[in-house]
Amino acid sequence: MNRKTIGFILVALALLALPLVLTQVGTAWVRIANLAILFVFLSLGLNIVVGMAGLLDLGYIAFYAVGAYVWALLASPHFGLHLPFWVILPVGALCACVAGAVLGAPTLRLRGDYLAIVTLGFGEIVRIFMNNLSAPFNITNGPKGITRIDGFSVGGLDFRATDTFLGIDFTGPAKYYYVLLLLLLGVIIVNLRLQKSRIGRAWVAIREDEVAAKAAGINTRNVKLLAFAMGASFGGIAGGMFAAMQGFVSPESFILHESIMVLAMVVLGGMGNVWGVIAGALLLSFVPEFLRYTVEPVQKALFGHLLVEPEVLRMLIFGAALVLTMRFRPAGLWPEARHQKEMGEMKEADA
Amino acid sequence: MTVLLEARTISKKFGGVQALKDVSLTIRRSEIYGLIGPNGAGKTTFFNVLTGLYARDAGEVMFAGKPLELGSPHQVAQAGIARTFQNIRLFGNMTALENVMVGRHVRTQAGVFGAILRTAAQRAEEAAIRRRAEELLHYVGIAHRAGDLARHLSYGDQRRLEIARALATEPQLLALDEPAAGMNATETAALRELVEGLRADGLTVLLIEHDVKLVMGLCDRVAVLDYGEKIAEDVPAVVRADPKVIEAYLGTSAH
Repeated sequence: MNRKTIGFILVALALLALPLVLTQVGTAWVRIANLAILFVFLSLGLNIVVGMAGLLDLGYIAFYAVGAYVWALLASPHFGLHLPFWVILPVGALCACVAGAVLGAPTLRLRGDYLAIVTLGFGEIVRIFMNNLSAPFNITNGPKGITRIDGFSVGGLDFRATDTFLGIDFTGPAKYYYVLLLLLLGVIIVNLRLQKSRIGRAWVAIREDEVAAKAAGINTRNVKLLAFAMGASFGGIAGGMFAAMQGFVSPESFILHESIMVLAMVVLGGMGNVWGVIAGALLLSFVPEFLRYTVEPVQKALFGHLLVEPEVLRMLIFGAALVLTMRFRPAGLWPEARHQKEMGEMKEADA
Repeated sequence: MTVLLEARTISKKFGGVQALKDVSLTIRRSEIYGLIGPNGAGKTTFFNVLTGLYARDAGEVMFAGKPLELGSPHQVAQAGIARTFQNIRLFGNMTALENVMVGRHVRTQAGVFGAILRTAAQRAEEAAIRRRAEELLHYVGIAHRAGDLARHLSYGDQRRLEIARALATEPQLLALDEPAAGMNATETAALRELVEGLRADGLTVLLIEHDVKLVMGLCDRVAVLDYGEKIAEDVPAVVRADPKVIEAYLGTSAH
């Protein structure tokens, strides 16, 4: 066995053991880990649009919303439908995919700032639709959201209850963790394979120089639509899993702030590099949660009482960390090799 | 010699400026056809209309016996016309090899599902794309730079890379927009050798060029544009002696 295989096995074992360890600390941490995986999922989807094809999308969370609502509507007492996951997830991905094409089609001629503004508007439109589609026909139940959504279940295995297997207790969140991990593995493979394919090259070519890409024979309209649709369907699947895990969806979960967070994960991690994006998503998911649990006790230990509201301080530290990271690693923590070279040159030029 | 491309009464206006006025020209198979003219004569505009980047106001183009769809650049590439740009346009953050591989896009078909599932067909196609791209880099003489980012290549090598990318689309007509611009004498000589080699391999070349010496030495026939109109079209020796051409370049002689 070479070092790579050994490393791979160690990482796999660590990932498999993680929820059991986290359960000991507190089930809340398993839930945080699950949400973090969902954000990795979203970041990888957005990476196709922003990182590879270079299309700045500020409304990405809309596709997450579409996926979540598809699950909520097809598996809850709201419409009395209780379809199995292998129907809902593909339908959710397809709906998000269509939504992606609907967003993509009118924006094909836009780039950069202009595209960002339109996509931002699109994200808001979707959220406002969710908020208002309660009359005259009650589709989304408005701001109250949809409750009592079915969880994920395979065969008779319920993903909400605790099961004991080989003498180890697997809580609901821990079981979700394994499903998400499996889905994530699929998404990573899809991302890596797309990157090194004819379509992936066409995306990067469009990012680099759209006119030259056209002249080199790329049908930029179709290829850009494909980027939007692919990215969106990732978001749709993540949204479905989110609805199943939470058992509740409402428009509030899909605000602009979430789109910005996902974009920050992609940019911070290193646009275009799958591993960088994963690192960025994990970091931005865990750091705020970690601060949530430490800011208060640390203040109490230092000053004996609360000096600054934990929530305020938490976001302050978080923001400062982001600014510093972008100042000292402008291409992201783990950039695509080609960006790395580019930034290296800029440094030389500065010197 | 058979006709490869026939442009008929191509016109193009930008606001009030008539950039092209009823330009008709005929390019024969396997010739090197030069398009020259003073600055602002409409050479690049003609190129951009021909390759679908600009919509034309009037006129049509017959290519290889069929009307050429000028709707969008990728259709033109599909039909068999490839081009380079006056100010080099490469995919700077992709390697030289990847740049050429992008050129194979229009002649290959693997889609998203092929890539995700890594089907046998997709893998075979991908290997063929890579092989062809390597051959083309070798052909234009920059095989040793295959793994380098396009923007790290020297100016002359970038020109060659752009030609290799154009060749990857399997064109019948290769349109070069001022390929010798900014090149020194050695690089120009090497370029000339490359273009002659392309023609020897059966390709037809359309060349826009400022370097009159290069055009006159290299081209089989030359057309001259002035203020958007074609004022001459013939073998270099005849064009050079044409009073209208001399006037366009030097102005009317004072008496």
